[in-house]
Amino acid sequence: MAYNVVVCVKPVPDPKHYDKVTIDPVKKTITRTGIPTLVNPVDKSAIELALQLRERYGGSVVVISMAPPNADEILREVLAMGADEAYLLSDRAFGGADTLATSYTLYHGIKKIEAAKGFSFDFVLCGSESADGATAQVSSQLGEWLGSPHLWNVFELEGTSEEAFALKTKMENGYMEWVGYTPLVLGVAREIRKPRFTSIMGIMKAKNKPLTVWGRADLSEAEDTYLGLAGSPTQPGEIFSPDLKRSGELFTGTSEEIVGRVVTILRSNGVVVGG
Amino acid sequence: MSEKSKKIWVHAEVVDGKIANVAFELLSKARDLAEAMGEGTEVEATLTGSGLEKEAERLAEWGAKAIYLADDPDLQMYSPLTFIPVLAELAAKHQPDIYLFGATAIGSTLGPAVAARLKTGTAAHCIDLRINEEKKLVALVPSFGGKVIGEILCPNKNPQMASVKPGIFTKKDPTPVPVRIEKLDTSFLKKLDARGLKPVNVVRRPPAGLPLNEADVVVCGGFGVGSQENWHLLEKLAEYLGGATACTRPAVDEGWTDEHCMVGTSGQSIRPKVYIGFGISGATHHICGMNESGVVISVNRDAEAPIFEVSDVRIVAEVNSILPLLTEAVKPKF
Ligand SMILES: Cc1cc2nc3c(=O)[nH]c(=O)nc-3n(C[C@H](O)[C@H](O)[C@H](O)COP(=O)(O)OP(=O)(O)OC[C@H]3O[C@@H](n4cnc5c(N)ncnc54)[C@H](O)[C@@H]3O)c2cc1C
Repeated sequence: MAYNVVVCVKPVPDPKHYDKVTIDPVKKTITRTGIPTLVNPVDKSAIELALQLRERYGGSVVVISMAPPNADEILREVLAMGADEAYLLSDRAFGGADTLATSYTLYHGIKKIEAAKGFSFDFVLCGSESADGATAQVSSQLGEWLGSPHLWNVFELEGTSEEAFALKTKMENGYMEWVGYTPLVLGVAREIRKPRFTSIMGIMKAKNKPLTVWGRADLSEAEDTYLGLAGSPTQPGEIFSPDLKRSGELFTGTSEEIVGRVVTILRSNGVVVGG
Repeated sequence: MSEKSKKIWVHAEVVDGKIANVAFELLSKARDLAEAMGEGTEVEATLTGSGLEKEAERLAEWGAKAIYLADDPDLQMYSPLTFIPVLAELAAKHQPDIYLFGATAIGSTLGPAVAARLKTGTAAHCIDLRINEEKKLVALVPSFGGKVIGEILCPNKNPQMASVKPGIFTKKDPTPVPVRIEKLDTSFLKKLDARGLKPVNVVRRPPAGLPLNEADVVVCGGFGVGSQENWHLLEKLAEYLGGATACTRPAVDEGWTDEHCMVGTSGQSIRPKVYIGFGISGATHHICGMNESGVVISVNRDAEAPIFEVSDVRIVAEVNSILPLLTEAVKPKF
């Protein structure tokens, strides 16, 4: 059996540069000048899983993103990894969406792709969390909108028989095992697959792959009450940078002297040393 | 006419047949929130699982006045197909104003799914909760790996929902209250179409040694620890100090240790009396999981490493020049 897979991807500011994230003291907005945008790291693991499903069973891999118009660069990168086709849901009307509104928009995007293609996706994959907001809520909420069973933090997925899949989800101090049948909506963890490198061939091919941009008018079935900032039940209040600075006494001297002083600190904090 | 009484709900997660600690932490916070909401605000709990009647009473010890208990063999293990409809229907029926979940592996998916069914909002992985002048819930939520904290409100919808990681709130002393346990009719579970997804097993691999959140001393290792050999030394150090070992993400990637001791946004939040970090750069992803520690001691060869900004003691040195010596120095002498 072939599987049609759609992967939700998000462009995020590069987590390596979070030190440069600042808050505009007047406008109270987040400034991220000079921080490059990349594909949310764990979303690449989701794409890898999708590609491997296609390689093994046949089918197709479609990527979808709700993001500003310039996200097309990110989507080209994902196409270069090997996805067949990309859809970008981009419109001011979608802006400021919380997780519920985001998952609602993605849901309508997915429904529209399904209508155009004449099939339903077997797998809807998301990364387990985004590097910037990291709410980890979108996959579960998308599963609810779609009315499909959903699992989060899936770190293993293997086909067992014709149509069943064995899945594992992370738990505190362990994991949980599941048997699932498609359709499934999965928030996958990094460990699920190691993303492949993009080849030059991949980049060349990606140039000619279809990338469709849809705006508000294209998602005609969607209701305004659930879209964008206005359709988001959660609203942002104040933002601030936590001040975590500590005095930071520099310990100098020989290693023995330093270790001696550390032991003193341990003792003065009630830690039994050498006992 | 008196105002309708308000309700704060806590979903009590069950782990291996026992209520998880995070439920008591949330109930402790819920009591504070109830006080701020004003007279007549009640704290209540939901509980789902199998064979939980005795456990249910423990929630009363922490101030839950009513417990909505869904007890059924079909709820023995978590499944989205059974848990979500149970909790969403309970909330639709009883209309809590606030509904809190632990940001655990289950709570992090169950909470937002219930919220989606109720078409309400939920704030994820909060680091604090309070009630504002309008008597609404304000959730403090980290983003950009903890670099930025934002307030999240859910001004027009109920319940106002939030998830909080274990260990963020401290468990208060129990204050037992008379409790009303309401058992749910779960016969509808039999009629649910649960064919698409079946939980088959829960596998626990408890980490060796002291749990991270109970340790007074945490020895944390990062990428700069450099080798498996050094990692063993780090574990020895922790053992000698009667503490626990923690790690950053690269240490997991290198295979030196297991993800279960990772500290940070995708790991645990800890607050030991003393935190000693070796070879850690101080990415916000990690810092926001350890900044509540008492004394922070850092060893890094790079004097400019951001970890030093959040340290009480800065040691600019090679891991290898400090770790073996320190381990030797604290070794129990018989
Ligand atoms: C979505 C997301 C979530 C994440 N969640 C987490 C999380 O929960 N927890 C977490 O920890 N990380 C997390 N990360 C990763 C995080 O961004 C950092 O990459 C990570 O914390 C860095 O770990 P580190 O400090 O050990 O390694 P590095 O950043 O590589 O730093 C190593 C440090 O060791 C020093 N060093 C090297 N060799 C030596 C030596 N011989 N002696 C002394 N010092 C030496 C170096 O100077 C350097 O400062 C997350 C990332 C993403 C994108």
